[in-house]
Amino acid sequence: MTTAAVNSADLEAIVAEFKKNYENVKRRIIICGGTGCVANGSFQVRDALARELEKAGIDVILEIKKEEHGEKKEETYISKSGCQGFCQMGPLLHIEPGDILYTRVRVSDVPEIVEKTLRHGEIIDRLLYVDHQNHNCLCKGDAEIPFYNRQKRVVLANCRIEPGDVREYIARGGYFGARKAILEMSPEEVCKTAIESGLRGRGGGGFPTGLKWKFTLASKNAKKYVICNGDEGDPGAFMDRSVMEGNPHAVIEGMMIAARGIGADEGYVYVRAEYPLAVERMNAAVKDAEAAGVLGKNLFGSDFNFKVTVMEGAGAFVCGEETALIASIEGKRGMPRPKPPFPAQSGLWGKPTVINNVETLASVPGIFYKGPAQYKSVGTEKSPGTKTFALTGHVANTGLIEVPFGTTLREIVYNIGGGVTNNAGEITKDDFKAVQIGGPSGGCLTPEMLDLPLDFDSLKTVGAMVGSGGLVVMNKETCIVKIARFFMQFTQNESCGKCVPCREGTRQMLALLDDIIEGRADRHTLELLEETARAVQIGSLCGLGKTAPNPVLSTLRYFREEYEAHVLKKSCPTGECTALARPEILADKCKGCTACLRKCPVGAITGKVKEVHVLDADKCIKCGACKAACKFGAIVGL
Amino acid sequence: MQETMETTQAMIDHLAAVNKILEKNNYSEGRLIPILQEVQAVYKYLSKDMISYVATSIGVPPSRVYGVATFYAHFSMQPKGKYIVKLCDGTACHVKKSHGILAALYKKLKLSDEKRTTDDQLFTVETVSCLGACGLAPVMLVNDSVHGQMTPEKSDEILDAILAEEKAAAK
Repeated sequence: MTTAAVNSADLEAIVAEFKKNYENVKRRIIICGGTGCVANGSFQVRDALARELEKAGIDVILEIKKEEHGEKKEETYISKSGCQGFCQMGPLLHIEPGDILYTRVRVSDVPEIVEKTLRHGEIIDRLLYVDHQNHNCLCKGDAEIPFYNRQKRVVLANCRIEPGDVREYIARGGYFGARKAILEMSPEEVCKTAIESGLRGRGGGGFPTGLKWKFTLASKNAKKYVICNGDEGDPGAFMDRSVMEGNPHAVIEGMMIAARGIGADEGYVYVRAEYPLAVERMNAAVKDAEAAGVLGKNLFGSDFNFKVTVMEGAGAFVCGEETALIASIEGKRGMPRPKPPFPAQSGLWGKPTVINNVETLASVPGIFYKGPAQYKSVGTEKSPGTKTFALTGHVANTGLIEVPFGTTLREIVYNIGGGVTNNAGEITKDDFKAVQIGGPSGGCLTPEMLDLPLDFDSLKTVGAMVGSGGLVVMNKETCIVKIARFFMQFTQNESCGKCVPCREGTRQMLALLDDIIEGRADRHTLELLEETARAVQIGSLCGLGKTAPNPVLSTLRYFREEYEAHVLKKSCPTGECTALARPEILADKCKGCTACLRKCPVGAITGKVKEVHVLDADKCIKCGACKAACKFGAIVGL
Repeated sequence: MQETMETTQAMIDHLAAVNKILEKNNYSEGRLIPILQEVQAVYKYLSKDMISYVATSIGVPPSRVYGVATFYAHFSMQPKGKYIVKLCDGTACHVKKSHGILAALYKKLKLSDEKRTTDDQLFTVETVSCLGACGLAPVMLVNDSVHGQMTPEKSDEILDAILAEEKAAAK
């Protein structure tokens, strides 16, 4: 019984002590410590803030310490957070009480912040967010900012806590769900609760999580594993990164509950090597959890043990596929295996394994702490809960958002995103062309679908998928064929090479797309492209190959005229495909100044001074030097 | 006699780091990827000799380790530069014209798709598929430092700053 007592964390006692130690904190400043804000210098801002406050004689602490002697103090606590999602406005600085949010904070702003806001309670207007959609109104805090107040942050709700302080996580209900699952529920009951909540996988598959656990529980084996898939490889997606950086304990707790549900005692967190901060924070969280007694042996006085190891990927997109990921953890080339057998029967080292996405796991503690009914009350019937999305591309407010399933695309792009921008970055009224959803496995959504409520099933009907949650907005100046080619090149490059349909099929599809973009295609090209696409979909061994043709098929379905313009008219409507560019000099704008003539490296322009110049399209190499030199906008088609 | 002894000592010193890494990982085949990552971090790349050495130490054929080293994009069998510049070409960065920055980098460092490392071994330029900082597109990494909202002009500035620093340090 003594070994049980050693690791038995008393959650209530930890909460009570944390709250007591927090009593002396009169003010808290939260500096966003997500990758984006750190890149913009948020840690330098934090250090400058600490120095200035000390200079001003204000009591500053950088972590909540055990209070000795019951002294009454007035402390200012400066903490870091995970990604707060509003990346373009970073570095973000949040002040409590008062719920003030300062944006784009520089080290040079710090003395003014200390003097005006912290010492005299004055708000500095120039550091506030300006709502351009609402008469340029100044927003004091995120409750007034449309980007924030139109979201429903559940998984991201803890993004303001200090990820390096497990006690703060516990004080907000952390590990209580795990304790309940371990002490008060059987593995069957844990699976039943997960099924009841309706939680579906957030990695792209949308498979019911509880059902996956139930299948794994049914496999009889003394050794089982839980794996957290943090190999978020979709270009344009950074939801999982933010959860791992900002709320690592939710991931650990989710894994622990999953382990209880399937009968596992060991787990791995597989994080992409391209996310060094996430690796660091996950490793730190594992250590902190072990030190606090909420991870390890005989948890909460029971005979349930759980150990977590963090492993880094090595730069292979295919390792996001579960069997390839398993191969990678085993020290092998990341090549997928045929399924069945599914990991639930034979996974890591041949043992029954559950693999869940980061966001899926981070959703689990709330389900057990607050109950499955509460989880189901948000979202749609078949897709309950919320989903994080990475909103990027030609939209005014890029960043990380979380909305209930069932939210429309219009709400996301226009109300939260603030509208579509042109290539110069200005918000324009009519510039929405499409949204790419689901990354290289996904499809595009067009203006006709703006009022489509987003959930797993509704998107399938239009040939798209939620995927991991990457949403890239594209304006009308974007060539959709080139976008399809971009995704094809990505998947072709990442193809592991094991199966012929994917390895050869994607290569051929890429070559056909290049033919289209470079003006060598004809009607047969499009037919061949579609035929090859279907072959790759049907014949590929794993999800990478099966979904690689999706961007092509989706863009062909909704933008066929644009493809046909490239193929039949050898013309690119947006002008992005330089090989198809047909430059010409507009006679009514040309002033005969010879500026372009002199710049042309191949002598393709002829003309006398003060006479309209002529461009020989056959000689032209489409370098664009003439267009750059012309002050009268007379050169078009480049 | 002296020559042979010196060569042996140099070899021992050279292998000290990799031996430590192997021991720390229990010479375990399952830990091959973390082992290779740590070896590359110390030696800057994975040479054929190093691959053979790790393979023999763990007890697997060198071809197996070669297969793993060439499968994953992170591993390099060519020496990389002191400053590894990773330009993100993920969807969000691509749509925000990351190619213009790549062209600027190639131009300034006289590199190309075929030649990725400068002759003085100072810079290596690579493209990565997504660094996960999409809110700040276009993004560039120089070793572990993230630079967001990049332009061709900014990339020139960053390279100039590094060159100046290197020149000052050389003095």
